[in-house]
Amino acid sequence: MTYIRPNFRHPELAANELGYVRKDYEGALSTLCAGCGHDSISAAIIQACFELAIPPHQVAKISGIGCSSKTPTYFLGKSHGFNSVHGRMPSVATGANLANRDLVYIGVSGDGDSASIGFGQFAHVNRRNLNMLYIVENNGCYGLTKGQDSATADIGSASKKGTPNPYEPIDLCTMALQLGATFVGRSFSGDKEQLVPLIKAALSHRGFAFLDVISPCVTFNNNPKSTKGYEHVREHLAATGTVDFVPVRQEITADFAPGFSQEVTLHDGSVIHLHKQQEGIEVNDRDAALQAIRDHKAEGQILTGLLYVEPDDADFHELQGTVSTPLRDLDTMDLCPGSRALEAINSNLR
Amino acid sequence: MKAIQAVNDFVIRFANVNGTGSASANNLFAKAVFRMGIPVSPKNIFPSNIQGLPTWYEVRVSEKGYLGSRGGVDFMVAINPQSMAEDVASLEPGGYFFYDNTKPLDLRYHRSDINYIGIPLTDICRREYTDPRQRQLFKNVIYVGALSALLDLEFNVLKELIGEQFKGKEKLVAPNIHALELGYQYASENFKCPLGIRLERRDNVGDRILMEGNAAVGLGAVYGGATVAAWYPITPSTSVVEAFDKYANRLRIDPGSGDKKFAIAQAEDELAAMGMVVGAAWNGARAFTATSGPGVSLMSEFLGLAYFAEVPVVLVDVQRAGPSTGMPTRTQQSDLFAAAYASHGDTKHVLLFPSTPKECFDMGAQSFELADQLQTPIILMTDLDLGMNDNMSEPLEWDDSKAYDRGKVFNAEQLESMKERFGRYLDIDDDGICYRTYPGTHPEKGAFFTRGTSRDEYAIYTESGDVYVRNMERLLKKFETAKNYVPAPEFFPAKEATRDGVIFFGTSTASSLEALDQLAEEGVHIDGMRVRAFPFNREVEDFVEQHDRVFVVEQNRDGQLRKMLIIECDIDPKKLPSVRYYGGMPITAREIRRQIHQLRGGATVTKIRRKVG
Repeated sequence: MTYIRPNFRHPELAANELGYVRKDYEGALSTLCAGCGHDSISAAIIQACFELAIPPHQVAKISGIGCSSKTPTYFLGKSHGFNSVHGRMPSVATGANLANRDLVYIGVSGDGDSASIGFGQFAHVNRRNLNMLYIVENNGCYGLTKGQDSATADIGSASKKGTPNPYEPIDLCTMALQLGATFVGRSFSGDKEQLVPLIKAALSHRGFAFLDVISPCVTFNNNPKSTKGYEHVREHLAATGTVDFVPVRQEITADFAPGFSQEVTLHDGSVIHLHKQQEGIEVNDRDAALQAIRDHKAEGQILTGLLYVEPDDADFHELQGTVSTPLRDLDTMDLCPGSRALEAINSNLR
Repeated sequence: MKAIQAVNDFVIRFANVNGTGSASANNLFAKAVFRMGIPVSPKNIFPSNIQGLPTWYEVRVSEKGYLGSRGGVDFMVAINPQSMAEDVASLEPGGYFFYDNTKPLDLRYHRSDINYIGIPLTDICRREYTDPRQRQLFKNVIYVGALSALLDLEFNVLKELIGEQFKGKEKLVAPNIHALELGYQYASENFKCPLGIRLERRDNVGDRILMEGNAAVGLGAVYGGATVAAWYPITPSTSVVEAFDKYANRLRIDPGSGDKKFAIAQAEDELAAMGMVVGAAWNGARAFTATSGPGVSLMSEFLGLAYFAEVPVVLVDVQRAGPSTGMPTRTQQSDLFAAAYASHGDTKHVLLFPSTPKECFDMGAQSFELADQLQTPIILMTDLDLGMNDNMSEPLEWDDSKAYDRGKVFNAEQLESMKERFGRYLDIDDDGICYRTYPGTHPEKGAFFTRGTSRDEYAIYTESGDVYVRNMERLLKKFETAKNYVPAPEFFPAKEATRDGVIFFGTSTASSLEALDQLAEEGVHIDGMRVRAFPFNREVEDFVEQHDRVFVVEQNRDGQLRKMLIIECDIDPKKLPSVRYYGGMPITAREIRRQIHQLRGGATVTKIRRKVG
């Protein structure tokens, strides 16, 4: 791969409504293996943020440790980023969000980071309905330490080393549904058509939005016997339907064919239009989503798409009852009760 | 028979069963003595259990103002049959044993050298009350009433306190006062009151307050501008965040909306608690957590990150007896190493050592200032003794002219006017402290990547050894700078010139000062120094240098402060004899005095030598 990226950009490159071009959402050059699914996900995040016209500096990128957690360096170079410690991204994101409720939070994690070392933190950030996008770049293996099976590897799936995995996998979407996430979706790094609108919808959702994105590891887990390789995933994909995301300021112009259609209005007024492949999948029914995941798995299929959304549940700040001003913007005048209040406290202690 | 004669100078201990409501009656007693102008030092000695096990409450009454644990008991209020054998044995000769004589006392509890005061508490309750819960609760109030007669504890003061305690619940005032009267009446009719051991009103308290250290730390966090608290419950630190919650709900509610100008997250464990603090502090809020030793172990990973990535976090460590789960409800000063050098690799953290509730408040607030100024973790090292007991203290003060100093932070205007490239880890001022930016400050400038990996001055990942070492050396320079920011030690010169010194800190202070007074009376003069922070300031090094021998007093097995002095200040270990007590109860003046005598003279120590065969 090349380490030189041309600076040239077409002078008439399309700008979004804030005047930013796509380049304003790019980051440093990726150092991941050529063909890594994670780079496609970074590109999808860039595309989604560009199309949503989010001011780049209003995003905070937070990650743990691992190949996936390196990727925030490769998108949104004008945003602050925090590559923290292994499995602890959820707690760092929780604290960051409490400090400033006005930023957009993107947490990037991997299957080792979220399903093993950080499984506890993953569980609890779901429960808090923290307002953030949480993406797991799921390749079923530990890339940086050369390909050991992770906790999301399917039974019987074999990595490059060839030994089939004997252990029950953890399905993170199932976990998120059970633990209270208010937006749950699954996608595939190779399916940009599906992934970009899902990310846009997730970023617009107020509350905890979880996306499990199957992202093949080209170096250690892309062989025929692996269930997370490009070939296997492409052959076994089943989608809940196609997702169209309509931002709040945009008129709905798309012409949806009659059939199993459903519209979900998010808290900010934007609309998710879902054209479903089949009847029976309701995106506001946790149990149905769980059942659909199980049914597809039984058929050897990976169900992707938007699985669940509940746009109106209170997020962590609402549950806390915090002021609308970001806490970090409060100063001495706002925060310090002063000497008079202290004198009253003293007299109660005598 | 000999009976201890003492006015305003004794130790009284209450032996109760936990979960029986004795705590508030015992508090009432201590507070009443305090209201009579006599200094008190109450201590809870409680089990790691919620109901049914023995618990003690000890009050040292000292008109001279000695607040450290004294050792020994002069007056025992023995309410708990379970611990009676132990309670009888712990009395000083000539002491008083107050017990419920509804049933005759077991012969095994008879000692010929103590005085017995039997009052039929159960009988009185049975006669007065029908409800079993009332019988149990009022029994406690009755014995306080009896003590009022026996010790000359002013009855009006008790009445006044009951009135304050049940303000808004006036229905409860009369029954409580009635219970006090029952005890008072029985004692004055059946004993010659007051006893040889008694109280007399003084004016030795002044404007001082009685407060738990943990409450003071929580209040300090409110005043210090903390907006995010993340925590996981653990004894003995739990009441720090509970106090922050209580005070913030009173003092930090937006009057217009009723919304909170703070957030409290109860995390899934201590790792997450510290992670949240790191995230909040990185994003520009003042944030803290409180824990005890086991939590410090779990937080070490994040402390290393905060040290290396230079995130200003505040951690309150209310120490208890370790290692591992240790004795969760006993005190120690044994987390110094764990805190000072928390996490792998070369790390060092700033520690503060408060010794009174006022200092818990001051340093509680100051921690946030220091964290922002130094951009590094600040660890407030308190302990169970200070944190969970009512300690007598100077009143709390606040200077209203003070505005928070958020340290070196570039705002949008500064970034806008900046011509050169922003470098998060550029040592512009040559003090090791660099300029940071909060996320979301400026559309084009000032963004950087925070990471636990090595990076260059512009926060770009690097594996260059030279760049890595440059950064590590700068962190060391910053630690040197910290010496000028942290609180200076307090000096207690002896009345006569001496070549001996003693160093102590935190809750070893009161007992150390008392021991110094006792030694001075015996003609042994020693200069004292109370260390208030790590890294050690220049004054601490000078103190050691100016003396031939410096005793180091602390409450842990390994002499941790002593070893840190040896390592950090490059001191000859022979120069620093160690005085230690770590049994989980607060260190006493008696113990310090005994050990110093032993270390000085050695006359009373017989060395064990193996026989030469």
